[in-house]
Amino acid sequence: MANERKLTCIVCPKGCDLTVEFDDAGAIKNISGYTCPRGKDYAYAECTAPVRTVTSTVRCEDGEVVAVKTATPIPKSMIFEVMAAINAVTAPNDVKIGDVIIADVCGTGANVVITANR
Amino acid sequence: MAQMNNQRRADLVIIGGGPAGMAAAVAAYEKGLRDILILERDDALGGILRQCIHNGFGLHRFGEELTGPEYAARYEKQVKEYGIPFMLNTMVIDVDESKVVTAMNRECGIFKIEAKAIILAMGCRERPKGALNIAGSRPAGIYTAGTAQKFVNMKGLMPGREVLILGSGDIGLIMARRMTLEGAKVKAVCELMPYSGGLARNIEQCLNDFGIPLYLSHTVVEIHGKERLTGVTIAKVDEMRRPIPETREFISCDTLLLSCGLIPENELTKSAGISLDRITGGAVVDGERECEIPGIFACGNVLHVHDLVDYVSEEAVIAGEAAVKYINGEKSHGMALNLVTDGKIRYTVPQRITSAEKTKVYFRVANVYRDVKIVVKDGERVILEKKKQKVAPGEMETVILTADMLSACETNATISFSLEEVRK
Repeated sequence: MANERKLTCIVCPKGCDLTVEFDDAGAIKNISGYTCPRGKDYAYAECTAPVRTVTSTVRCEDGEVVAVKTATPIPKSMIFEVMAAINAVTAPNDVKIGDVIIADVCGTGANVVITANR
Repeated sequence: MAQMNNQRRADLVIIGGGPAGMAAAVAAYEKGLRDILILERDDALGGILRQCIHNGFGLHRFGEELTGPEYAARYEKQVKEYGIPFMLNTMVIDVDESKVVTAMNRECGIFKIEAKAIILAMGCRERPKGALNIAGSRPAGIYTAGTAQKFVNMKGLMPGREVLILGSGDIGLIMARRMTLEGAKVKAVCELMPYSGGLARNIEQCLNDFGIPLYLSHTVVEIHGKERLTGVTIAKVDEMRRPIPETREFISCDTLLLSCGLIPENELTKSAGISLDRITGGAVVDGERECEIPGIFACGNVLHVHDLVDYVSEEAVIAGEAAVKYINGEKSHGMALNLVTDGKIRYTVPQRITSAEKTKVYFRVANVYRDVKIVVKDGERVILEKKKQKVAPGEMETVILTADMLSACETNATISFSLEEVRK
């Protein structure tokens, strides 16, 4: 009997039900249930190296907070490490959307960028 | 400051500067209208998107994944580039059937604006704790999920450390993740219904990612604590949604977040004498989002609660363009089709269609159904069938009625929307 894993795609709000089948060695044999190529890529990544975009806020010098995100997804296993890095920085007061506040956060290759204008 | 002219005029007054209001303004401008005024009660444009810092917005509209503030900023930039006038910190207190808007702010006091057309874009608000009738005391620590979202994302304040969430609406799921990321322990999400009210992707990425349990068919039956919440008692409910006493279980927590539904904010709509749809809580509209009073339009969450801001923008464009047509005397009312539903489909928006132009009909279903088809009929004649593997109340569905389909109907026909099983 083939091993399989059921996933709900998180790429878009459609939330397709995906099925990933594995062979005896644990390698991916087949992916089904996706309705777009991004769904297939998501299923592959989710079963090999799952990633997530982290969104949060950083404190500014004046004590207010401003929204941030990782500009590209980071490994799911590093979410809390990245959160700790985000919570350790202070942003200038005059930041704008797209400003890089942490480059290559925790060695993930992803920048943390500002997502709201102040 | 001198009293400003307290009797003004504008071709189009838009009430609400959130995603619906901004998209409607931009669409009206692009159709050539210049005399537009947006009235916003908050201190910035953007509406609820300002506090929705998570991503997933704009996949349909912009083909990329944006956060709420980024999505709002794109429209705000457009509004400003076009030079569309807007007033912030301005509360509209009345709209009447002759399209006079009464508003107030600190600079101008109370003033009236005579509009040729009005777009209602006031959004929605959360069902509050008072509407839930939970037994027990009333300590601090109980918030709606959206209030907690504003505290955390805009004020940088944590409402508590140990959290239980009642209701699995999307904001509740998003806040389960957000509170977890900021170091809180989210004990569980309880949902009264046997299915989640939120999107499947949010169950996955907000709960499953962090091992937060979702208890379906469960509710909070008692609140404990005097000054501050100390815990809640939860219980499983039977199929009639009555709590089963033997399943009572105490869960200690200092915070209870409520994500129990959104209610379109229609006080102004009512004051204009516009009747509301009992199911949506929003105005009854035609395909171009015109209410019963000609020249008053509605779009976005004030009309019916949407899952996706992308759909709000899409609907706002329809309303914005139609308002321009109305002002130019070009809006047709050639038909009077009535859209009715079978109960499995709870409602449609629009509820009426007044012109034989291509119309996208949005609707929600009453329960989770599998292997069904959506059937649209004019009397006994089937206009359209669309098969679906699965439909759920938390996910809005659409069908498109083409101009050909509509022209084939009698001018005052009743169009029925129903859900039928597909035999395998």
